[in-house]
This record gives sequence, C-alpha cells and structure tokens, in this order.
Amino acid sequence: MSDLRKSLVLHGGVLVLLFGLQFVLPAYHHGVVARVMVMASYAIGYNVLFGYTGLLSLGHAMFFAAGMYGMGLTVGVLGTAPALAFGVVAGALLAAVVGALALRTAGVAFMIVTLMFAQAGYLTILYFGTYTRGDEGFVIPQAQRVLGAVDLSDPANRYFAALALFALCLMVSLRLVHTSFGRVLIAIRENEERARMLGYNVFARKWAAVVISGTLSAAAGAFYGLLFGYAGASFAGVQYSIFPLLWVLLGGAGTVLGPLVGTLFMFYLIDLSSGVTSAYMLIAGVALVLLTLFAQQGLMGEVRARVWRWLP
Amino acid sequence: MAAVSLLETRGLSKHFAGLRAVEGVDFTLPEGEVRALIGPNGAGKTTFVGMLCGRIAPSSGTVAFEGRDISHLPAHRRIGLGMAYTFQITSIFARLPVLENVALAARRRLKGAAVTRASLAALERVGLADRADQIAGDLSYGHQRLLEIAMGLVQAPRLLILDEPTQGLADSEIADFKALVRGLVVETTVLLIEHNMNVVMETADRITVLNFGEVLAEGTPAEIRANGAVQAAYLGTG
Repeated sequence: MSDLRKSLVLHGGVLVLLFGLQFVLPAYHHGVVARVMVMASYAIGYNVLFGYTGLLSLGHAMFFAAGMYGMGLTVGVLGTAPALAFGVVAGALLAAVVGALALRTAGVAFMIVTLMFAQAGYLTILYFGTYTRGDEGFVIPQAQRVLGAVDLSDPANRYFAALALFALCLMVSLRLVHTSFGRVLIAIRENEERARMLGYNVFARKWAAVVISGTLSAAAGAFYGLLFGYAGASFAGVQYSIFPLLWVLLGGAGTVLGPLVGTLFMFYLIDLSSGVTSAYMLIAGVALVLLTLFAQQGLMGEVRARVWRWLP
Repeated sequence: MAAVSLLETRGLSKHFAGLRAVEGVDFTLPEGEVRALIGPNGAGKTTFVGMLCGRIAPSSGTVAFEGRDISHLPAHRRIGLGMAYTFQITSIFARLPVLENVALAARRRLKGAAVTRASLAALERVGLADRADQIAGDLSYGHQRLLEIAMGLVQAPRLLILDEPTQGLADSEIADFKALVRGLVVETTVLLIEHNMNVVMETADRITVLNFGEVLAEGTPAEIRANGAVQAAYLGTG
C-alpha cells in the first residue's frame, strides 16, 4: 500500500470508528466524546499554526471566542445557520487582522503579542457585559439551536454535528499537509530563512496559516456554543488558549491525528482521576510530566518515530 | 562581442555601526560567466552577496539584475527573478528527506510529477541520487553541502550564488565539484565565493578580489595571480 493510501485508510477508519461509537457508548461517554470532537477540532486549528508552521500562539481563545460570540450574539436575529457562518467569518477576520499585526514579531514576542490580543478580547467581552453578560455568560435557547429541521440539543444530533465538524477539520488538515502550500509551511517551521531564500514569501504564508488556524478555531467555538447551548467569557480566558497547546503537545504536534488523541487523552485523564481522588489535578500533572519526559514528540509523534514513519 | 550584463552594482556600501564592511563597490557580471569572489576573511564577501540577493539591506548604492533596478525588492522576489543562493553555513531542512529538500526548491517553478523528476535529476548531478530517501540531517557535512548545491541547481537559476561551496568537501568531491561548475556555464551564470585557490583558478573565468570592503583587483586568473597588490593582500608572497 502506498503511504497516501495507508494514511487515508487510517484517518477514514478513525472517522468510521467515531461514527460507530455513538451506538454503543453509554449516555455519559456519548456526551463526553461529542465534546471532545468539538475541542479536537479547535486543537486541529491550533495545530495548523503550532504543529505545522512552528508558530506558538498563546491567544487562540480569542478566535474560539470570536466564533462562539459571533454565533451566540447574532443567532436570535439572523437565525441558526447564518449565525453559525457569521461566527466563522468573525473569527477569520479577527485572525486576518491579528495575524497581520502579530507576525511583525517572532518567537517569544509573538507569544506575548498573541496573549495580549487575547486578553484585550477577553476584557472587551467583560466590558460589553450588557450584551455578553460577562463572566456569567448566556444560554442559547433551545428554539435557536435548530439547524434546518435538526434539533442540535438532542444528544444524537449533537453527536452527529460534532462528528461532521471534526471530520471536516480533519480532512482540511490532512489535505493541507499534502498540498505544496502545506509543505512550504513545514519548510518554514524547519528553517524559515532557507524557505525565504528559496523564493517563498514567508510572511504571506505564515499569515495564511494564521487565518486558516483562526477560522477552524472559530468554527469550533461557534459549534460549541450551538451544541452545548452556552456562551461565556471563560472560553475567551487564558486557560482556553493554553488547552489547545497542551492537547496538541500531548497528542503530537505536527501530526494530523495528534489533536484528537491529545484532547481525548486529557479529557479522560481528568475524568478518571477525578473519580479516584479530589486531588485529580495532581494525577493529571504527574501524567503530563511523565509524557513530556518520555514522549517528547507527543503520543502520535512517538508512533510516527517508532512505528508508522508515513504518518502525516 | 559585447556581453550582456546580468548583474550590476553601483556604489554598493554597507556600514555596520561605523564599520565599513562593504564600500562603494561597482561590480558588473556578464551573462554566462563563472566569476569568483575572493578576499581575506572579513573582506566583506558574504555581506556583498547578501546585498545582491536581498538578505542584507545596503546602506547605499544600487543593484540591477538584467538591467532592472532590484534594490528595493525583498529577497523572495529577487529569488523569484532567477537568483539562487547557497548559504556559507549549510542551511537545509535537516529533519526532512533529501528529496523533499530539493522538491521544496523545485516547487516554486514546477508542478506535479515534474517536481520529482527535476529533483532527482538535480540530485543525480551532485551524486546524491541514491540518498534521496534519507533524512537530510543524517548526511555527512560534505553531502549536505552538495545537497544545497542541488537545491540551487533545481531552481534553474539565471544566477547561481555559491558561498564557499567546497568548504568541508573531500578532495575527490572537490574534483567533481569543479567539473560540475564548469558544466554549468552553458545554462547559468555563477558567482562563487571561494577560499580554495585551486578551485578558483580552475573554474573561474574572471576573479574579483575584495579587500577591506573595496574592490582591490579584477581580472582573469592569470592576471590576478600576477597582480602584486593581490599577492600582498591575500595570496602571500610565495
């Protein structure tokens, strides 16, 4: 089998598995996996910038929140589908502007600038508390969570919508790494100056990567608000910028499946350890330290290094 | 025969905080020539070619490529016009396969199956075709130098700038390199920064000598060898 075919079989297999899981999972895990798939979509967006382009952003919560609030604040006026699109577009535009400004810096300065933009976004949400209801957030009424004739508050429909979003993000990511554009992103990650001196407009490509990454993150935010019926300022906070970084690092930066594996791992690590002890963050912390010590490339990164060299 | 001038600089200077690294260089490179740029360490050679391809912004002066002023173009645009540049300190994509390194260089002008074809052909020319699937960082230092040259060749450049390409090559590899450069004459113009005098004398049509950032002399290898000022500054009196 060619490497491309192996990769298609593997990623297609994962989607089929996720599809099948909904029929066998108990109600609680059914909900968890739906949530994981939306968050993994967010992580896939993050991975485009961090894993493939080599740019570490500490402010991705602003894109997630742009999608969530772009959808949540307009859904009552526009209707469900247009509001969803509005959220995604809001995230894309925000990424276009923030990218153009933040990419004037590099390295640590880029991390700080993205962090500051995200903090500004968070404070903006609090400032306009009249509309956003600040920290408390607001519930999106069930009547507005109907896409076409599909009620997204119903668990089965919600699972299916989460899977559809995840499948789309996974395919975008998988397609990206096989295009010449994606390969140049990897080249920029590996050796930016060499890429520039091969004649590539490095700035333009990094900017495009920020926009793609921000758009996928916003799509995840918009879906999250719609599927779980809530938008709140905590989703714009700094921890929601750190989460995708952790998920991607754990799952394997620069691997297509890494974001899903990392998100799933982290959700269940916290879930299982909180069932054992109230000091569950201690168990999660130790597990994270062990992984960073012994699986520096993340779970899928190690799989690629040791078993499946062809893994994209 | 009036040769077409491919590259021309007028009064090109670079000052670093008072240090005059390059000072008022007027330089003309006709098409189809192999030109060597020599000079003692710190003479400003790398700074000079850095200004040609846009890595370093000049303090003053102009650069023209094929008669067009490119002084204000960013590096990637100049590369797009047909310059290719190999770094003095090897710069490759060390964690990617050898073939992908060359393919990245090829993809800017080619698409689809032509990329792999041209990349393998370029690797063939530098003698690395059998190592196409290796990780570039696992190659020996000399082979990494050759890989960088292949990345230059595959761009089919109008001007190929090689910054100390034979540094770290074994004697047998240097012999192959000389033959390779002579073979390039029909397809491209070469600007070669080189310390190995043997390579310079055997490959270059003409030589430009830089000293303290200024052009000290220019001429054929025989003229440069006979030039007293060059001997004093660089070659040693022997």
